[in-house]
Amino acid sequence: MRYASLQLRDAASAEDAVQEALVAALAGESGFAGRANLRTWLTGILKHKIVDVIRRQKRERPAPAMDVADETEFDALFDERGHWEEAPDVWQQPEGSLSQKQFLAALEACLKALPERTARVFMMREHLGLETSEICKELGITATHCWVMLHRARMALRQCLEMNWFAK
Amino acid sequence: MKWLTCKETSRLLSQGEDRGLAFGERVALRVHLTICTGCRNVRVQFKFLRRAVARLSDAGDSR
Repeated sequence: MRYASLQLRDAASAEDAVQEALVAALAGESGFAGRANLRTWLTGILKHKIVDVIRRQKRERPAPAMDVADETEFDALFDERGHWEEAPDVWQQPEGSLSQKQFLAALEACLKALPERTARVFMMREHLGLETSEICKELGITATHCWVMLHRARMALRQCLEMNWFAK
Repeated sequence: MKWLTCKETSRLLSQGEDRGLAFGERVALRVHLTICTGCRNVRVQFKFLRRAVARLSDAGDSR
């Protein structure tokens, strides 16, 4: 079980793999017939099942559209020389906002408006306090990719809060 | 030394929250920030976002 968990990083999938391996082992009992020892034989079956599960996961959760740096991404915000179209202003009384319920509701709404994966990475970083390396490992993305998504999230959130809260 | 644009600066400011910046990056960033109010504001706002999201989890616990 631990062997399967290590490779699937998800208890439910690991359980599936182990169960399938055991079923396969019981069904194919005759295949054992004194070959190697029992442990080696079972581990061999389990390996195949783990690969099956990983393949199935890939099929069910197809690789997401690449979130790599898109040079045109922030074109609306910057002019062709890379300067702000509209320089960001100081936010008035940000600390006071923190204790207001309406502000937190506005922040939540802004988070919900983010693309799902971008929001997920941002929350893993800022809410769970994970390091980029841990997020990369968990989601199977590169560090660069992770930074691109975090940057995107911060830019979108600052814009959203500016429009919906600080401009008022 | 290469001069940063605001666009590059916003990217480095974000990455500065997630990784240690190289010496050259920190120097370039500091130079840009001394001359650019907009980017200075963004730096404060990125840091504020972190505190705001932390507050969200406090509030979430009591809900």
